[in-house]
Amino acid sequence: MDISQFFTSADLFGIAPEIILTVTALSVLTLEMLHVSRPGIILMVAALGLFLAGALAINTSGDEQILFGGMLVLNRFSVFFDFLYITIGLLTLIFSQGYLEKRGSASRGEYPALILFAIIGMMLMTRANDLVIVFLGLELLSLSLYILVGFLRHDQLSNESGLKYLLLGAFATGFFLFGAALTYGAAGTTNYNGIVTAITNNTILSDTYLFLGIGLLLIGFAFKVALVPFHMWSPDVYQGAPTTVTGFLCTAPKAAGFGALIILFNRAFVDIHYQWQDIFWILSAMTMTIGNISALIQHNVKRMLAFSSVSHAGFLIMGILVLNETSISAVLFYLVVYSVVNLGAFAIVSAAEQEERGLNLKDYRGLAAQHPWLSAAMTIFMLSLAGFPPTAGFVAKFGLFSAAVSQGYIGLVIIAVLNTLISIYYYLRLVVNMYMQKEESTLILSYKMLAIVFVGLIAIMMIILGITPGYLLEIVTEAASTVA
Amino acid sequence: MAENYLPILVIFVLAAGFAFVSLIITHLVGPRVTNAVKMMPYESGVDQVGKTRIRFSIRFFLIALLFIIFDIEIVFLYPWAVVFKDFLSAGSFIFFEMVVFLAILAFGFIYVWRNGALEWE
Repeated sequence: MDISQFFTSADLFGIAPEIILTVTALSVLTLEMLHVSRPGIILMVAALGLFLAGALAINTSGDEQILFGGMLVLNRFSVFFDFLYITIGLLTLIFSQGYLEKRGSASRGEYPALILFAIIGMMLMTRANDLVIVFLGLELLSLSLYILVGFLRHDQLSNESGLKYLLLGAFATGFFLFGAALTYGAAGTTNYNGIVTAITNNTILSDTYLFLGIGLLLIGFAFKVALVPFHMWSPDVYQGAPTTVTGFLCTAPKAAGFGALIILFNRAFVDIHYQWQDIFWILSAMTMTIGNISALIQHNVKRMLAFSSVSHAGFLIMGILVLNETSISAVLFYLVVYSVVNLGAFAIVSAAEQEERGLNLKDYRGLAAQHPWLSAAMTIFMLSLAGFPPTAGFVAKFGLFSAAVSQGYIGLVIIAVLNTLISIYYYLRLVVNMYMQKEESTLILSYKMLAIVFVGLIAIMMIILGITPGYLLEIVTEAASTVA
Repeated sequence: MAENYLPILVIFVLAAGFAFVSLIITHLVGPRVTNAVKMMPYESGVDQVGKTRIRFSIRFFLIALLFIIFDIEIVFLYPWAVVFKDFLSAGSFIFFEMVVFLAILAFGFIYVWRNGALEWE
């Protein structure tokens, strides 16, 4: 018997980043087990593993590679996402340090380990060329997130949101799995290339099965990236989760979900994508409108950012509605800007959060007088999320809207622009509270120097990207060209 | 084709009918004498000692979770053992592959152990 008919050493080299991350996660757990769990050391080990995984991901960024007999596909698109996850993971680890110490959970090695496991899951999701692998990645990601959300064991809100997320998430997983089963029933395979062949050769067993399958898969994804009618879990979970986990939760899984959705609709259901455009149109319009209007009435900063992230998912789904090279590269650009900005904003929120206070918009009154630099950074983040011209948020929104306009979705773009106008109100409300209230701020911010340095770097990067977005645009265009 | 199944349908209807009719008739004509002992939940002739809805220690769930993991280990080990000899001719890869799998599981077990999840107090 020949082993190489199942897999070769090239396959193992292809998943080297995942292997490295697994080993890193296990070493982090070992360090904790041996009680050498000084938070600094654990952070260093985890960061080292992430760097190493990133370096190995670069090595494979040549031509398109098909691994494990068509289960995984490596190309520039997947490498782009690998880097996005690694960046988000590193930033989350850096920002978490001070917050976990404040909440008395700093020495627990599960935290970085679970984030590493989540990153492995997400990498599998955007490398997958098979519904089974997407499911595997999605589950690895979700299971890690369920625990991370309920990480503060002695906090009732954290426990509640963990349980809520687990119950609803498990339910949504059922939808995804049922969709995959029906697609398999219709096409006779779960492989993307096989599904395309079955559709083009018209060997589909039943159009109804395929229709139901795609619909259920879409519901599964819609839950994970919190599109409106499936967003109900997100404000509660985002509010209850530890603040730095919320930052991770509203960026990385969203990127992975949209990445996997793009691959799914661009590779497997490419010929029937146009039949689903109405659904995407409605999902997009509903998600951005309801997300924005709900965000208007929030007083809790975390809830406000939660609804804002729902509305951003609505903008992103526009890119999947259009689904050409321009729109995919716009989605990638948007994901980078949105992720990094959200992480920065949540880092500041986590610094301001205290036992009973620090999460209400009122608590931010007069903050600028005491922390001018942090307030300036927060202002840049809010302007970037709102999409104001000198920041990268403007370039991101502009790219997405122009991609939609060029394909004739004028109505949707008008709705999107109106939504952007509405969103300015709640983003600027935070800024107004920080700068234009005469009250003396009583917030005591607690943070690590390293975290603040990175918050500053993100803020500067957002301005630079807003003025000269060319470099990142080149990268995303190249990444998008490999899937479009 | 379908008429072949007619006898089964007849038996099914008869059986269901007999069950329902007996239930209804005993309900209608049977005498009914109730007392406290007779209305007690019956458990092997032993008097009940408390409510059934008691709270279990979380440790039971922990043990159950650990059990499932090792259950899965056996599920994977069994087919591996069946094909082991065929694959061995192609090198010792199959052996080390399972060693890696078992090592990860063993790591989890040690982790749980060291963190005191198995302490029963």
